[in-house]
Amino acid sequence: MKFVIAIIKPFKLDEVREALAGLGVAGMTVSEVKGFGRQKGQTEIYRGAEYSVNMLPKVKLEIAVSDELMPKVVETIQETASTQSIGDGKIFVLDLASTMRIRTGETDDTAL
Amino acid sequence: MKSAIFKTGAVFATALLASSPALAAPAADAAAEVAADAVSGGTAYIFNTLLFLIGGFLVMWMAAGFAMLEAGLVRAKNTSTQCLKNIGLYAIAGLMFWIIGYNIAYPGFGEDSMGLFGMAGTAYGMQDVGSADLDTGYSVASDWFFQMVFCATTASIVSGTLAERIKIVPFFIFVTVLTAVIYPVVVSWEWGGGYLDSVWGFSDFAGSTLVHSTGGWAALVGALILGPRLGRYVDGKVQVFPGTNIPLATLGTFILWLGWFGFNGASQLAMGTVGDVSDVSKIFVNTNMAACGGVVIAIILTQLRYKKADVTMAMNGALAGLVSITAEPLAPTVGQSILIGMIGGAIVVFTVPLLDKFKIDDVVGAIPVHLVAGIWGTLIVAWTGDATFIGQLVGVLLTMVWVSVASAIVWFILKATMGLRPSAEIEIAGLDIHETGVEAYPGLANQA
Repeated sequence: MKFVIAIIKPFKLDEVREALAGLGVAGMTVSEVKGFGRQKGQTEIYRGAEYSVNMLPKVKLEIAVSDELMPKVVETIQETASTQSIGDGKIFVLDLASTMRIRTGETDDTAL
Repeated sequence: MKSAIFKTGAVFATALLASSPALAAPAADAAAEVAADAVSGGTAYIFNTLLFLIGGFLVMWMAAGFAMLEAGLVRAKNTSTQCLKNIGLYAIAGLMFWIIGYNIAYPGFGEDSMGLFGMAGTAYGMQDVGSADLDTGYSVASDWFFQMVFCATTASIVSGTLAERIKIVPFFIFVTVLTAVIYPVVVSWEWGGGYLDSVWGFSDFAGSTLVHSTGGWAALVGALILGPRLGRYVDGKVQVFPGTNIPLATLGTFILWLGWFGFNGASQLAMGTVGDVSDVSKIFVNTNMAACGGVVIAIILTQLRYKKADVTMAMNGALAGLVSITAEPLAPTVGQSILIGMIGGAIVVFTVPLLDKFKIDDVVGAIPVHLVAGIWGTLIVAWTGDATFIGQLVGVLLTMVWVSVASAIVWFILKATMGLRPSAEIEIAGLDIHETGVEAYPGLANQA
């Protein structure tokens, strides 16, 4: 099993969710996050004083998938979340040790 | 003059008689005429009172406007404290104005008095249940209520400037002195028929100086003695603490704008004749147009200067336009009103960064809006209204000296005895946790 963490632009969320659901991804966790990458931040003006916004808002997806599905998931997120411009985000893939469904106690692949 | 005596009953009665077919008939007897007089006097009394009541609750609602504007422009960790200050100061202002404030504001200066300080001897008497004294022209309770809410407005101005770094108790004590003595004394000079009114012919229709500059001077002196928020000015650079809730601040601005129709409109003090009610209407238009001018110029100037239109400056622009027209909202033409409001709005755009240059931390821009635009609005009456430039200037300067000195004394005493600021630790953690124990936005965002 793999654990996929994707940081994407917030407005791309619906598109990515739909594409992943089409692949048979059964669930995901989404959070609103802030951060910076090579894009750094941007400069804003508030009441006549400049200030830099160092952290930009992004959306973080956390998806547990089977080993077989993982490459397709990563590829799909990359394709749908990309705008070809700076600040599109990143995808991280981790090995996943175990999974359990809280309601039934099922484990691992059957719990995905 | 704010305490203007009911002036129009006779005119009104005559007009009513002339237009009434029944009474125009030669057979009308004396008894009928007496009855008609009573009705007409009563009608004017009712309309004048109604103006005070409607204007009064509109101005009362400005307290909500100030509260929302300030709650929107402070950081989340200080929001509850700011709300507490606003509801607290409104209540304190009401109590103090009843206990002593009104007596100082309207002392009934004697012939040989300089008109600088006086105090009516007895508590302000309300009429008995069901009774009315038609000679006053309006219900005395409605007059008192209308005057009281102006007093509260003055205190509201101070809270915005000093937000996020002053403890609640010294703030409330300052408000107590401000509303009991400092503000009422200024009012007595002008609306109370004192020194500025009788000697200098000073003119301040609804209080650009008496209310707004008074609050502004108290706020400025307070900001100087209190110092800026921690981390606000670092190595000569302004650190921005953006407001938490712009929609709330916008709502607050619109509430204030609405309230201003009561503030200026009802300061006509009479609505019992066709002339008065027309004047009130004209004041509504001029008041509105000055605010429009202030908004538009603030948007244009911030767009030109910073390449982005700043919504908080647009809000300040509206309020600066309103403050600017408050000293004389009746006499100017609509065009003049727009121009006066626009210059008020421009003053804000240039004064806000200027205060930061001097490291004077004014969280919501109350000093540019109420003090600087208030001075501008007062001086320009020499052009639009019935006043001299020198007379207006004396009014501005005398208010400056009295309010600054009196406020400074109170602030310094509070600083020396109980301290004005919380510890740095508390200020960084936010005043809400330590001053009220109630967070404005508690819990995790999605826990509700």
